Amino acid sequence: METDKAVRVRGLVKRYPDKVAVAGVDLDINRGEVFALLGPNGAGKTTTVEILEGYRHADEGQIDVLGSDPARGDRQWRARIGIVAQSSRDEAELTVAELVHHFAGYYPSPRDPEEVIAAVGLEEKRKTRTRKLSGGQRRRLDVALGVIGNPELLFLDEPTTGFDPEARRQFWTLIRNLRTEGTTILLTTHYLDEAEELADRVGVIADGKMIEVATPDTLGGRGARTARVSWLAADGLQEIRTDTPTAEVTRLLAQYGGEVPELQVRRPSLEDVYLELIGKASVAGAELEGAVR
Amino acid sequence: MSTLHVLPSTFKVGLSRTKLEVKEFFREREQLIFTFFFPIVFLAIFSAVFGGTTFGGGVTAATYFTPGMIASGIFLSSFQSLSISIAIERDQDVLKRLRGTPMSPQSYFAGKIGLVLTTSIMQFALLLLVAGLLLDVTIPTEPEKWLRFVWIFILGTASGSVLGIAFSVVPKSGKAASAVVTPVVLLLQFMSGVYFVYSDLPGWMQSIASVFPLKWLAQGMRSVFLPDDFRFTEPGGTWQLGTGAIVLSLWLVVGLVIAQRVFRWTRRDAG
Repeated sequence: METDKAVRVRGLVKRYPDKVAVAGVDLDINRGEVFALLGPNGAGKTTTVEILEGYRHADEGQIDVLGSDPARGDRQWRARIGIVAQSSRDEAELTVAELVHHFAGYYPSPRDPEEVIAAVGLEEKRKTRTRKLSGGQRRRLDVALGVIGNPELLFLDEPTTGFDPEARRQFWTLIRNLRTEGTTILLTTHYLDEAEELADRVGVIADGKMIEVATPDTLGGRGARTARVSWLAADGLQEIRTDTPTAEVTRLLAQYGGEVPELQVRRPSLEDVYLELIGKASVAGAELEGAVR
Repeated sequence: MSTLHVLPSTFKVGLSRTKLEVKEFFREREQLIFTFFFPIVFLAIFSAVFGGTTFGGGVTAATYFTPGMIASGIFLSSFQSLSISIAIERDQDVLKRLRGTPMSPQSYFAGKIGLVLTTSIMQFALLLLVAGLLLDVTIPTEPEKWLRFVWIFILGTASGSVLGIAFSVVPKSGKAASAVVTPVVLLLQFMSGVYFVYSDLPGWMQSIASVFPLKWLAQGMRSVFLPDDFRFTEPGGTWQLGTGAIVLSLWLVVGLVIAQRVFRWTRRDAG
């Protein structure tokens, strides 16, 4: 059944012999949205994504990706998704152009291979064998092969690892363009600025559970992004949270009648909020384990 | 369901995969040397080393070793080539990437079969050219011998291919692939009478070799390229073509079953 959801997951559980990788994840991704999945290594991100891609099978739960269960996804279904997996190590003797043109032949209505090569910025490397590409260039080739089929849903697993800042900005433009064209994107990343820049919504996974889903600016709940004003008072470092930092600074200025020592006005970044969330989750996990023992 | 697009046919994608596979094969130095040119170089070396030796009936060393090298070439181009290349493709996540596309598995295997056929036919043609023109090897002209050659060639490449696909899961990494596959092939070549006169080998070695396909492939090729009288130098005094056909077919079936069971698109550690 086709719905307005590109992905709908309820109660996803995946166990490995030595641990529970995913412990009951719910997830909804709307059509046309960029959803960023965040979480520390080993939190269950890649396992979740690989189940949605059809590489692994869930032990429990209802999973619907573009109207199908990925475990039973056929060729027709695979033609509608695009995958940029985490690692890519192939050292082929084939050139960028040869590979992109060849992969286009797998799909019913592919994008124009030359346009895709240009979009990922590999025009000058068209005739270069993949073996000779740099890490960042190879990653861009991965993206080219992931989008060549003109997918409705694109999986991007840590796509910009190893990129220099300029390449990352170019990549972001590429993703924004895909989004404008209506592609739904599931992105996993370690870079919080990337999630903030690209995602309509973010979900944070820790210890196999989804601990929060929100827009980047509301993650962590009310107050998480409230400004912090800190200064060095006579009895040590002071910090207050306030919605009116300017008023606070004016008050301090009047109080000190000049320079306020070590004055800082800071708005927590998404990264600060995220780290706090992850920190709470691991403390809660530790307490739970302690209680069980 | 949104608009239903027609997927490219399995055949068309298989053809395109064949082209890609062949292109890549001829760009890989290691495959080119150790799979493609290996038997040709060895034939040249052997005919130089044993230049003075005749094998009776006016058969030169070059003529005597040509069928062995042809058999060995077929085995290298199918078994060795596929087991190494697929092991590397699996380790480097090439297979995983393909699995995430609408390419059908049949197209992938069609590409591999296309690769084996293309390279082994080219290798055989080159081997024949070198043997006939440079080493003065007598090439048979009887149609029935060439008919025999065709079925032995087909059974040999087919069984070598499925066994290669199955064996590709044995190396634990892409780096280890050559190191694991090459000694197995080398050992089989030594025991199967590719580098020696088979009937001169110790009996126990002959017994071991006759379990495996290469011995039968080599014997079959000797029946094509050596004078008929040479059948008396074979164990039992015949070419044993019937037994050879049965053993090769058995390996084909066994290989097919094993390959289907063990083939995987992802690495072992990928869970």
